[in-house]
Amino acid sequence: MSTKVIANVEVEIDTEGFMTNPDQWTKEIASAIAKEEGVELTEAHWKVINFIRKDYSEKGTAPSIRRINKVGGISTKDMYNLFPDGPAKKAAKISGLGKPQGCV
Amino acid sequence: MKRLLILGAGTAGTMMANKLLHQLDQNEWKITMVDKHETHYYQPGFLFIPFNIYSCHDVVKPKRDFVPAEVEYINSNIEIIEPEKNQVKLSNKKVIQYDILIIATGSRTVPEETEGLKDAGWYQNIFDFYTIEGACNLQKFFKHWEGGKLVLNITEMPIKCPVAPLEFLFLADWWFTEKGMRDKVDLTFVTPLPGAFTKPKAAQILGSFLDDKNIHLQAEFSTGRVDHANNKIISWDDKEIEYDVLVTVPVNMGDPVIEHSNLGDELGFVPTHKHTLQSKNHENIFVIGDATDLPSSKAGSVAHFQADVLTENIISYIEGLPLEESFDGHANCFIESGFGKGLLIDFNYDVEPLPGKFPLPGIGPFSLLQETKMNHWGKMMFRWIYWNMLLKGQELPIEAQMTMAGKIK
Repeated sequence: MSTKVIANVEVEIDTEGFMTNPDQWTKEIASAIAKEEGVELTEAHWKVINFIRKDYSEKGTAPSIRRINKVGGISTKDMYNLFPDGPAKKAAKISGLGKPQGCV
Repeated sequence: MKRLLILGAGTAGTMMANKLLHQLDQNEWKITMVDKHETHYYQPGFLFIPFNIYSCHDVVKPKRDFVPAEVEYINSNIEIIEPEKNQVKLSNKKVIQYDILIIATGSRTVPEETEGLKDAGWYQNIFDFYTIEGACNLQKFFKHWEGGKLVLNITEMPIKCPVAPLEFLFLADWWFTEKGMRDKVDLTFVTPLPGAFTKPKAAQILGSFLDDKNIHLQAEFSTGRVDHANNKIISWDDKEIEYDVLVTVPVNMGDPVIEHSNLGDELGFVPTHKHTLQSKNHENIFVIGDATDLPSSKAGSVAHFQADVLTENIISYIEGLPLEESFDGHANCFIESGFGKGLLIDFNYDVEPLPGKFPLPGIGPFSLLQETKMNHWGKMMFRWIYWNMLLKGQELPIEAQMTMAGKIK
């Protein structure tokens, strides 16, 4: 397990930079990871992040794009605009969750 | 009398009826099955129809042929499942009470989920091959097709039988070579995944097969819509791929009754305990086959391994014993690779497909992740095994749990 200092906090990460302990996540960390990913967080981004965090706390897994759309009410098109190049992965990373499990 | 109700008489439901009939005390338990269709399709055979290897008639038999006489079989639509009342309402308003419910309603393709897909191009130059209609229409289309850009796209994961799209392309490479027109056909595989398959080692090996067969791979492409007027698929982030013929794997979802009964996730698959197959929300409801939300492949072999585990767990549940957490995600798939050869993969939740040998008593080891003639014959032989042994719940010489014997890490 490696660690990295993000927004002055030492957090556990995997080899691809995904946090492995979602409890260590803070809003400051989210902003710092987003900056590394080339995303400037706006209110629309926070709506997504808040949904992902809430859904994770209830379900134990990072939601899929379809779930973010159907349950969270954020359209897939918006997700691609907000988090370009792999929105599910990028949004999960900024939300302090592990890499979403690919399907089988 | 107590009732065990099975919804769905496909591969999983039929196996469960046949297995449980011999396990339950028939003086105490009545087994009832409900399915809206009369015909049982050998779904692995759909893949072969476009290439004239099977005819459209080769893959159908009446469902009732595989339902034991002692089992009550009802041919009807299901209107709603009401778990709080332990009952299911059929479309003719008949109500069936149950003590134990097994949901085996499977997965279906839903082209309507993608804008422009089921539109003017549908069955003109856009086809699926996961339905009998799609496979048979494509067979007709290929007879007269003179070549061009054939694009196969996976719209969204998860899909039923995740190796079938690759097999389709391998067979297309072979078929158009046989017809002497391979130089006129451009084959492209479009997938939302980062590579040719879901698991890294198999993705790498299968990816090199694509290269060898001159099949282009467009990875990480999530299809957002189809522009059928201009023959283009367009991703959510506005990348475009042109086609002359689009062979599509539409979004897969569970049966509408699952969503209607509020029992499913966002795709209509039922949240299921991954090792026991008990539903997460109701202790007397069990789920098997493609209808689950499990991270195992949606495939007949998986349903077969699940059936062994679920039969034991239904008995344990009836006897008040703890359920065995023994389903390990085991899948075992022959992959047709064209030119009379095939590959075999064997894997579970934790172990990805590995190369090596797969021992099988009486028939002998098959090669894993390696092209052989024997794997092709294994695949072709499987249709007979499916109709004559598997559906009838007979023991096959292969364990429910995956084994490492023969595999090379």
